[in-house]
Amino acid sequence: MENYVIAMAVSAGIYALMALGLNVIWGLAGMINLGAVGFFAIGAYITALATLKLGFPIWAGTILGTIGAALVGGGVALLTGRLRGDYLAIVTLGLAETIRVISSNMIWLTNGTDGLSGIPGPLRGSLSPTQFNLLYLGVVAAIVAVAYLLSERLAQAPFGRVLRAIRDDEQVAAVAGKHVMGFKVRAFAIGAAALGLAGALYAHYTSYIAPDIFVPLLTLYIKLALLAGGLGNNRGALIGAFVVVFFLESTRFVIPYVPGLSAVQGAALREFLIALLLLVLLRYNPAGLVPERLPRIAPS
Amino acid sequence: MPPILAEIAQLVVNGIMTGTILAVPAIGLTSIHAVLRFPNFAVASHATVGAFAGYVANVKLGLPVLPSVVLAFLVAGAVGVAADELVLKPFRAAGFITTAIASIALTIALENLVRFGFGNELRGYDLPIMRDWRLGGIRVGPQQLQNLAIAVAAMAALFAFLAFTRTGKAMRAVADNPMLASIKGINADVVARLVSFVGMGLAGLGGMLIGLDTTIDPLTGFRAILSVFAAAVVGGLGSIPGAVVGALTVGVGEELCLLFLSPDYRSAVGFTAILLVLTLRPRGILGQRAY
Repeated sequence: MENYVIAMAVSAGIYALMALGLNVIWGLAGMINLGAVGFFAIGAYITALATLKLGFPIWAGTILGTIGAALVGGGVALLTGRLRGDYLAIVTLGLAETIRVISSNMIWLTNGTDGLSGIPGPLRGSLSPTQFNLLYLGVVAAIVAVAYLLSERLAQAPFGRVLRAIRDDEQVAAVAGKHVMGFKVRAFAIGAAALGLAGALYAHYTSYIAPDIFVPLLTLYIKLALLAGGLGNNRGALIGAFVVVFFLESTRFVIPYVPGLSAVQGAALREFLIALLLLVLLRYNPAGLVPERLPRIAPS
Repeated sequence: MPPILAEIAQLVVNGIMTGTILAVPAIGLTSIHAVLRFPNFAVASHATVGAFAGYVANVKLGLPVLPSVVLAFLVAGAVGVAADELVLKPFRAAGFITTAIASIALTIALENLVRFGFGNELRGYDLPIMRDWRLGGIRVGPQQLQNLAIAVAAMAALFAFLAFTRTGKAMRAVADNPMLASIKGINADVVARLVSFVGMGLAGLGGMLIGLDTTIDPLTGFRAILSVFAAAVVGGLGSIPGAVVGALTVGVGEELCLLFLSPDYRSAVGFTAILLVLTLRPRGILGQRAY
């Protein structure tokens, strides 16, 4: 039981990190990312391959995964930065699906749909499962705390102000002399880095990744976390991640008690409820539990 | 013919077949985009809904393929209007990002409704088994030809509707310039409902046509979505003739890639096509602008 609670806290932490990353892209810069799970997968696969096949230490693989996701994110933003936002929507969704297709089929590299197992975790061999879980929770909590502080700093800094300006009116930001394209690319890369880091943390925690894990539904969970907490602010992203994990886990327990449902029907009902909840939140409560507060500008 | 040329000819023929079928949902997507101005990812689940509506008609009710295909169009169209009216319409005022995200949530919700009712197993339509025809070394299946004919007929009907009827002209007017259309007294709500019906109906029809060639399951639509979007983007998002040209390009391209790639990478080919077009000519082959 305690292992279960710790494991849920770790996944909430990983979701929180993803929500913080997506908040930079969506909440601050107002860019769409329908393929958050793709960047998560990039981070997870890079570090898994680097540690398993090339013998990198865990920290180096994690950094590599983070950088890889950031580069792909920056590239996506660069490619679509001048186009209407719908193209970014299509490219991000397409990227996530393509990564899933490639990782399912490039068997010599990724072991296909069987997935990669035996990904090392820090001190996994020499600790009891509970100790390992606690250690990992500590690592994740520390990383989330740092990411939170950095995100807060980012949002307050002139950089964050420019992102909000671009979100609210790109033309005005450009007229004010801001290099809109450069800001968009950097914002997307920063957000994608957090998503990739979350993926790397996930891989080293569970020691197993497979294409089935990186489904579009995961992107919805993160959007749900952001919307539940409140788009555009980092405290909301943290709270939202915990709310979503609690919701996901409680439906996991409740649905088996609904009489007359097969396993497939239960799973379908659960996914349906998640999608429905997202629609309801998006429609009726876009400000979330913790609405975004814009920093006051002191009169000079 | 030397064997490699024969193989290429066979792949081109296959590509034209799959491309023509792909054009049907791509037209649906692009016409919704032209009028309502957001990428409607719910095309995926409507293709699945159409495929399953056709399955119920064909296998459970024992109807032949043609009436089943019509039913697939009508059911998916009706679901499309209802879903747009109840779910997506309120989001449009909030901008296309919110609407696009809502359409993803909608597609997962609908897909799971289908899964709830039918489960995950693969299902096939009740089709007569026929021997392939051979024309000068090229194999063609009679069922494929029938699918091709259905797709062409549906597209011809749509083009006639848009070119010759008053309602069709009104739809084009709204796509072209919503402000001017509303000044001329065209009711945008009616046009929105109409385009949802026709667009999602075509998605459903396309889903069934894809299923006739293979099998169907709740993910049928989602698996095709990258190719459908690739067709629309390559042809130029918002342009109906563009969707046809784009679908043929993507269809033939996907098949020709089989010369050196395994068929499992099919949707990666569609994605590569999107990236190429966005790099070289973002507005697509026949589109007007992309910024």
